[in-house]
Amino acid sequence: MAKKEDIFDKAKEAVNKAAEVIKDTAEDLVENVQELVEDVKDFIEDDKTKQVVASVKNAGEKIAQTAKESAANVSETIKTTTQRVVADVKNDTKIITRKDAKIPEGPLAEKWSNYKAHQKLVNPANKRRLDVIVVGTGLAGASAAASLAEMGFNVLNFCIQDSPRRAHSIAAQGGINAAKNYPNDGDSVYRLFYDTIKGGDYRAREANVYRLAEVSNNIIDQCVAQGVPFARDYGGLLDNRSFGGAQVSRTFYAKGQTGQQLLLGAYSALSRQVGKGTVKLYVRYEMLDVVVIDGRARGIIARNLVTGKTERFFAHAVVVGTGGYGNAFFLSTNAMTSNGSAAIQMYKKGAYFANPAYAQIHPTCIPVHGDYQSKLTLMSESLRNDGRIWVPKKKEDAEAIRAGKLKPTDLKEEDRDYYLERRYPAFGNLVPRDVASRAAKERCDAGFGVGNTGLAVYLDFSEAINRLGENVVRARYGNLFQMYEKIVDDNPYKTPMMIYPAIHYTMGGIWVDYELQTSVKGLFCIGEANFSDHGANRLGASALMQGLADGYFVLPYTIQNYLADQIQVPRISTDREEFEQAEKAINERIAKIMSIQGKYSVDHIHRELGLVMWDYVGMGRTAEGLKIALEKIQAIRNEFWTNVYVPGKSEGLNVELEKALRLADFIEIGELMARDALLREESCGGHFREEYQTPEGEALRNDEKFSFVSCWKYTGEGSEPELVKEPLDYEFIVRQQRNYKA
Amino acid sequence: MEKVLNLTLKVWRQNGPKVKGAFETYKLDGISPDCSFLEMMDILNEKLISEHKEPVAFDHDCREGICGMCSMYINGHPHGPDGEITTCQLHMRNFKDGATITIEPWRSAAFPVIKDLMVDRGAFDKIIQAGGYVSVNTGGVPDGNAIPIPKPAADEAMDAASCIGCGACVAACKNGSAMLFLSAKVSQLALLPQGRVEAAHRAKAMLAKMDELGFGNCTNTGACEAECPKNVSISHIARLNREFISAKFKD
Repeated sequence: MAKKEDIFDKAKEAVNKAAEVIKDTAEDLVENVQELVEDVKDFIEDDKTKQVVASVKNAGEKIAQTAKESAANVSETIKTTTQRVVADVKNDTKIITRKDAKIPEGPLAEKWSNYKAHQKLVNPANKRRLDVIVVGTGLAGASAAASLAEMGFNVLNFCIQDSPRRAHSIAAQGGINAAKNYPNDGDSVYRLFYDTIKGGDYRAREANVYRLAEVSNNIIDQCVAQGVPFARDYGGLLDNRSFGGAQVSRTFYAKGQTGQQLLLGAYSALSRQVGKGTVKLYVRYEMLDVVVIDGRARGIIARNLVTGKTERFFAHAVVVGTGGYGNAFFLSTNAMTSNGSAAIQMYKKGAYFANPAYAQIHPTCIPVHGDYQSKLTLMSESLRNDGRIWVPKKKEDAEAIRAGKLKPTDLKEEDRDYYLERRYPAFGNLVPRDVASRAAKERCDAGFGVGNTGLAVYLDFSEAINRLGENVVRARYGNLFQMYEKIVDDNPYKTPMMIYPAIHYTMGGIWVDYELQTSVKGLFCIGEANFSDHGANRLGASALMQGLADGYFVLPYTIQNYLADQIQVPRISTDREEFEQAEKAINERIAKIMSIQGKYSVDHIHRELGLVMWDYVGMGRTAEGLKIALEKIQAIRNEFWTNVYVPGKSEGLNVELEKALRLADFIEIGELMARDALLREESCGGHFREEYQTPEGEALRNDEKFSFVSCWKYTGEGSEPELVKEPLDYEFIVRQQRNYKA
Repeated sequence: MEKVLNLTLKVWRQNGPKVKGAFETYKLDGISPDCSFLEMMDILNEKLISEHKEPVAFDHDCREGICGMCSMYINGHPHGPDGEITTCQLHMRNFKDGATITIEPWRSAAFPVIKDLMVDRGAFDKIIQAGGYVSVNTGGVPDGNAIPIPKPAADEAMDAASCIGCGACVAACKNGSAMLFLSAKVSQLALLPQGRVEAAHRAKAMLAKMDELGFGNCTNTGACEAECPKNVSISHIARLNREFISAKFKD
């Protein structure tokens, strides 16, 4: 971590360097002009003297102008950087430097190769002596556990469900991105990198994203080799489709079940290792704490969900891939057991929680229909390839539809407002998710929404069915249409689907360096659980890419750089004090929850939290609203710890107790999200502060003040977390206002 | 408001694998037809909790029909009366007002009850661990387009691969056989050139494991296919048998 003096030294160094550049440029200029004048002297008798003198003068002026401009640029950069540094120093804000984040030197395209060329490795004989815990069996967890075991490490793999194959990655529908450029439409590693950075509204780390784009192609090859049945063309080669935020077709898919097929691929690789005995699998286990010994993660405490007993596990390193925390909103597209507890446990043990406010609201979900609802169902983004989104142009039509007096199919073409095509002609229905979600909210808030609640818009396939025929549409999206029909009891081939945005993914998560290591040594975080690659908004089909990139191709390398120094460390007994204490603390917490015996069920309080989150920390946030949210969350926390009712006993299977433990952590996460959203006085990606928008209602970033990752450091129960910043100084990309219009 | 359903639920309650279980009857009124079956179970549990009784334990997770976790035997059908869906996708509009609904766990020797409606399907994982994979390590594989795969083969492999491992086939089978589950994996990998290499070994190893774990055998009654929420076809069992027999002949 940088000290104050370091920061000053750095600033001084930067200023000196800039001054040097300016001096060099000026010297060059003088030299050049002198040279030219010398040349002119030789032709002094020539007829063309005048002309030459004019040219020289002209060139001189041009050079002078350029130098002046560069100097102005440099001084502007120095000014803003200095201002930020001074403000940080004044507030005593800790800064995470490039060095702290372990970003390798060199040009963007060479960083990962350089890293791999110089990192430390563990030899095969030593690998057998090293234990690695992997928590989670989603795309990231399963692929990491399998890859590490293949390499020879001893892996312990934990999963909350009854089988690794049920991890929530399975529900991803649309596809996975890769820069293969098979369709020959101009894709490249650089373009995938650029689209991802831009889609993330310039709030992601350049080096990580470039690496992600680089390894994306290996993922496709790997999955094909495992027998993943990707969609193919008649020639037998892989097929692609396009997703939001891209102008190329780079998304590989397996019907509408891509996540399922990729997860089953990783699961089969994992199963192969379990069969060989190199991975020990623990199903129906939930991690409840990470054990830190002498500043290094050395194991976990997990609860056997069937027996209800807590157990201790040692490892030389701990890898957590437990997904996102979207269920803080109660209603989300996440699975019922998806939770943020592992993140909170790591946070409380010293890992920074980065960008908690960045949550993605997915524009195409089935709208809420009743107060008994337990979750929201996503309709894949791929539907936006052929579906057109609209609401009625006239308010009276919208009102008539809401009252059930008019059907959407009754409305003539000219009475429909295809608002995405209208507002964003270049990307149309395929704008990124945050943009599409806000546009839907805008129309519904303005009174043009449909459905009985007025909180829905249409996703219409009639044009695609006319153009391609119903059979083609069925082949592409059949399972999604069936899912919709079962839930809503409406036939989407005949009448347009109704959709509305819902919480879907969390870009924020545990801070990791370039090696995917958290701020606690030996504790790694992968997949959706970390914060690294998506900035303030994730593009469609990039979650699968990141999960598998982390698990197959990044972590298995970077973790060796850490483990190489651990080969001398013997297996530590779980009788040690640190394990003892961690387990005791958990059992006390469980006993406390069981002893409350209050009035409200866990779900009752969770619903309350969800409403506060959706109303104040959802799609549109304001300073005022976020302050209200912080107060309300505090009240909910009090209610939970004094008035929750958990039936049954702590021994044996007790689903309500599991849910209560998770809810206690969701309350912490809700508060962190609100706090982070309040701090960030700008709009970027999924974080939309209503005070900061362009006249057209687009997100308005403030790069001068907020081009950093906000990391929150736990400072103890009841005390405010400390803000730590990782500045995002872009070396290779010029930031722009995102524009999907032209 | 719209019409609501008043229901009588007969739910299997069992406190552990070795304990005797029994049906308990509950009255549940005012259920919306748009409510999903599991949301109806949530409402029942909220009611039980408010009466300080223990809620019904059941497996569920994604609630969108893909994770394969939910597993209820409803009125004599795995995943209930509606076709091509899992329990979580079943909606109450499929039931009439005043109906009595019987809810049981999967019943199979290979799936012991953990509690109430929750069963242990670890045997499925063990079958996959015995050979349901292609033996490739991470890295060092050829380009994804190096081996063209005819579209019909890829499509059929995809159909087989759509199995969610829920176990409805086993619950539906009078023999408690896992043949549909097993054949889906064998068939998917046998259809693809990547999986072809180990096809013979795979079929033998997975079948041996299935027998070892206490699943019954296949007598071609077809109940598995009829109840499969993902429409996995029994033609995959035929392909499995072909793979198995040709492997045995080579031995």
